[in-house]
Amino acid sequence: MKARVHVMLKNGVLDPQGEAVRHALGSMGFDGVNGVRQGKVIELDLADGATEADVTAMCEKLLANTVIESYTIEGFA
Amino acid sequence: MHAAVVVFPGSNCDRDLAVAFEAAGAKVSMVWHKDTKLPDGIDMVGVPGGFSFGDYLRCGAIAANSPICNEIKAHTDRGGYALGICNGFQVLTETGVLPGALLRNAGLKYICKTIGLKVETSASAYTAGYNAGDVIDIPIAHHDGNYFADDETIATLKGEDRIAFTYTDTPNGAKADIAGILSANKRVLGTMPHPERAADAGHGGTDGQALFRALMGTLASA
Repeated sequence: MKARVHVMLKNGVLDPQGEAVRHALGSMGFDGVNGVRQGKVIELDLADGATEADVTAMCEKLLANTVIESYTIEGFA
Repeated sequence: MHAAVVVFPGSNCDRDLAVAFEAAGAKVSMVWHKDTKLPDGIDMVGVPGGFSFGDYLRCGAIAANSPICNEIKAHTDRGGYALGICNGFQVLTETGVLPGALLRNAGLKYICKTIGLKVETSASAYTAGYNAGDVIDIPIAHHDGNYFADDETIATLKGEDRIAFTYTDTPNGAKADIAGILSANKRVLGTMPHPERAADAGHGGTDGQALFRALMGTLASA
């Protein structure tokens, strides 16, 4: 089974990379982009029987730094 | 003083740090990241600059989960001393030994130059050789040195006199100009600037020497 983890910088944490992308879009003529936030998507190929709690533990321990990042988990209906 | 210097795959200031400790009179043991035990009788653990595990995911994140980091955490939990420089500071925040995190530099560029560093407190084993308010010249070399912590944590750091160093002209966007912080018991220092790269006349500057000498003064009898 597959699970997908989205990791984003928390609101209020400056994202200089997203800001650089926003500037680039503007200079390419894409008007009206008010903000860009850049994050990560991590796909996990898991053994059957893995639970959302397992993936939460992975996020808390390694995949996200909860001081600066928030995460969401997809794949567990 | 007996210091352990941790070596990760990608560490490149490990030997510089060992030389700085030795020049101050310490005995040094190099410790590999896979080691599951620190040598007996260690007074100080140095977590050096450079890189670790390619710094994939986040700087220091994978190193922070390596076997030796459990030992470093146990050492600091017991009240042991630890000094994390640059990547070592990132590792110590990732392990939770120090609060906050180091983000990508606000200007997105890797910065390598000597900067002015203000000593904010002399009340620690690391900064006792300086006077509060001294400005010293220390090199930086980092891409992710933009210190971040929530406002409450910054207020705690200020209130408990745990900000060791601030930049005189912040190069990386660090919150409250923070360049280096101390643990609650003042025995762990994390610093983005590299005192070990200004510890010998051959480096072009010796402003970092006082840090290692002060440490030696505190820990010599330990």
